[in-house]
Amino acid sequence: MKRLSTLLSVLVLASMVLAACGGGATPTAAPATEMPATEAPATEMPATEAPATEMPATEAPAVIGSGTIKIATQSPLSGGQSLLGVAIKQGAELGLEQLGGDLKAMGFDVQLAPYDDQATPDVGVANAKNIVADSEILCGVGHLNSGVMIPSSEEYHTAGLAFVSPANTNPVVTTRGYLEVNRVVGRDDVQAPAAEEYAFTTLGAKTVYVIHDKTAYGQGVAEFFRTAAEEDGIEVVAFEGTEETSNFDAIVTPLVAANPDVVFFAGIYNQAGVFFKQAREGGYEGTFLGTDGMDSSDLAELAGDALTAGGGMAYTTVAGPVSAYPKAATFATDYEAKFGALPEAYAAQAYDSMGVCLTAIKNAAEAAGGTPTRTQVAEAIRALTYEGLTSTIAFDDIGDLPTAKYFIIKVNANSADTWNTNEIIDSFDLPSPGQ
Amino acid sequence: MKQFTSNPFYKFILFPIGQMAVFIFGASLALSVLIILLAYIFRSTITSNFDLVERTLLILPQVLINGITIGFVYATIALGYTMVYGVLEFINFSHSEIFMVGGIVGVELMAYFDHTGALETMNQYVVIAMAVLLAMIISGTLAVTIERIAYKPLRNAPRLVPLISAIGMSFFLQDAVRLILSLTTGEFNVILPNFGTFDEFLVLSVPGIEAPLRFQIKSILLIGVAVVMLVGLNFLVNGTKIGKAIRAVAQDRPSASLMGINVNLIISITFLVGGALGGAAGVLFALKVTRLDPFVGFFPGLKAFTAAVLGGIGNLTGALLGGLVLGLLESFGASYLSIFTNGAFGAEYKDILAFAVLILVLILRPSGLLGQTVAQKA
Repeated sequence: MKRLSTLLSVLVLASMVLAACGGGATPTAAPATEMPATEAPATEMPATEAPATEMPATEAPAVIGSGTIKIATQSPLSGGQSLLGVAIKQGAELGLEQLGGDLKAMGFDVQLAPYDDQATPDVGVANAKNIVADSEILCGVGHLNSGVMIPSSEEYHTAGLAFVSPANTNPVVTTRGYLEVNRVVGRDDVQAPAAEEYAFTTLGAKTVYVIHDKTAYGQGVAEFFRTAAEEDGIEVVAFEGTEETSNFDAIVTPLVAANPDVVFFAGIYNQAGVFFKQAREGGYEGTFLGTDGMDSSDLAELAGDALTAGGGMAYTTVAGPVSAYPKAATFATDYEAKFGALPEAYAAQAYDSMGVCLTAIKNAAEAAGGTPTRTQVAEAIRALTYEGLTSTIAFDDIGDLPTAKYFIIKVNANSADTWNTNEIIDSFDLPSPGQ
Repeated sequence: MKQFTSNPFYKFILFPIGQMAVFIFGASLALSVLIILLAYIFRSTITSNFDLVERTLLILPQVLINGITIGFVYATIALGYTMVYGVLEFINFSHSEIFMVGGIVGVELMAYFDHTGALETMNQYVVIAMAVLLAMIISGTLAVTIERIAYKPLRNAPRLVPLISAIGMSFFLQDAVRLILSLTTGEFNVILPNFGTFDEFLVLSVPGIEAPLRFQIKSILLIGVAVVMLVGLNFLVNGTKIGKAIRAVAQDRPSASLMGINVNLIISITFLVGGALGGAAGVLFALKVTRLDPFVGFFPGLKAFTAAVLGGIGNLTGALLGGLVLGLLESFGASYLSIFTNGAFGAEYKDILAFAVLILVLILRPSGLLGQTVAQKA
């Protein structure tokens, strides 16, 4: 018995040591608050001198508050979708560092509170409860997955905490009409028909095989695509949902037998990459089509030559490559300098979301003459017009952009290093369908 | 005749291979006949733009190959469950993680060769052999270590206690591997490097069948390696002194110990062998699916456990049969469900079909297909 207890204590000790190591090296679910950069831009600095003249400078914000303001991020920082999730966190982090000067000058200590939702609704909601319980959090940036955003935003709505989403495209995110929920990207009920349009007119597809990942995002996109395809007279030979992530034999065999012109995969890259590879190995020669969930260099890492073989692969997205946004050039170099990697999709959108949060908090603080309430921040978000990297952001009455940008991108990459050789075939501005 | 049956070549090589062939042939034939019959029955009721019988026959060879391939993976993992159950009478739930570790170790070795550039010059089969061997060593050692740390101190505790310990170990290993991967490579996905000719097909034209049969080389390799290991295991258990000792410990541990058998050593060997098989299965699985992550072991592990129960847990032949039957059932279910139901039930329902069969089997034969009713040991 004594040996057993010794053994157990050794194990417990070992796991504690491991956990401690993990905290430093890997992103964890705990809200590791990170200090923003200490130096504010030089042009915005006279806040401390201003009061002496009794006439506060109109340009520089006066010191009106004190205390800590936190801005949360929620995205998958671990697991198969972490590449995009970490990009969202890092985009927001850079945003806070570069745009947080005004609030600092007003006397606030602005911090980032990153949370890891693990791309799982349960974890997202649990984190959301933690986030709303922290009264210093006044605004949030997130999530990556609509299926996580929708249940989590019920918590934000109840607590009146505003969130700006850099990536969620499922219509339901905003069509519930919550004041607290906003997004800086387009919607699936526009994006999926755009993908279908491409399949129908450019690729000339007559048959299509639709696969989705059974999440709110994937199934939503797949259904919009199917509706549009049926209207155009494209035959939908199958409509399958799967949560499989490794062995796709079950789908590949009937797929190769049916031999459709286009395979439309509505899901995220970590699942799609493996599927594309196995489908090509199984002998499928047609074209793969996807939506914005495909937009990650990991897709090329997973699928390799399968993306360029046969009919190739294309996807629609609501977040084009950073090179598609002229104003984001400095952002890309700053991002690479700070994090040592090119920004993945949604990093620029996360930067803009952070900008929206910071500007709204600043406006609300000025109006309130001190630390604003969450409701004041949420209302300020709907009132503002913000000049972002990706577009001029002004939300309509449900939190959508009145007009959003959509891209169709053809994949030329067969490895992660060549991901930026992908080519934008088309891009257009389309109005939001509203509620 | 007696001389012939006692010939070791017959007993340890020909007989088990013959047995496998009978299992594969029998299960494939039964399911194929059933599906073709169903296709003829429902031919007129399904209104699609393709003929049901034609489509069924068109994909049948591929469905069989897929089912047999994945069936061998399940069988190889299932042996690990069933051996431990035979000796210790508890389900070693951390076996699915031993399988995962084996796969990741094998792929990381290949990725290392790829990184140093050696992969292009080396013989592809040597690379696979090295990966399988390394995975077997690491997984076997890991299994023995787990037994020493997590199960041995609990050997006389009520049977549920080591079960919980096994589940805990399983979670521990998943996150330990995730931690190690994020500290070393920083990647969540472990991706098999592209090399060799494994993705190519061996095309076989059979007179009378319109579409030629296409065997992917890696499927053949996978089946080949699995067969060699299963034959080896059969020899170990039935043809050596160690095997005799394993069987003795499985039948009656106290008596075996009175006969001078080192029970602890035998239990360790059981874990070593089971773990090594699991590790090899991990590499084969990785070869097939091309991507692993620290949580990839869960489903194959669960399926293999099911296969072991289906065949009769504690019975080595049963695990083999169970794995093949489950693999084939899954493959048939997945490929035909959506065709037969006109898309109402897709491939996602394959597990429901497989598990429904499992429940039926267990209702009719509670001890599994080949299991014997064993009196509960005290």
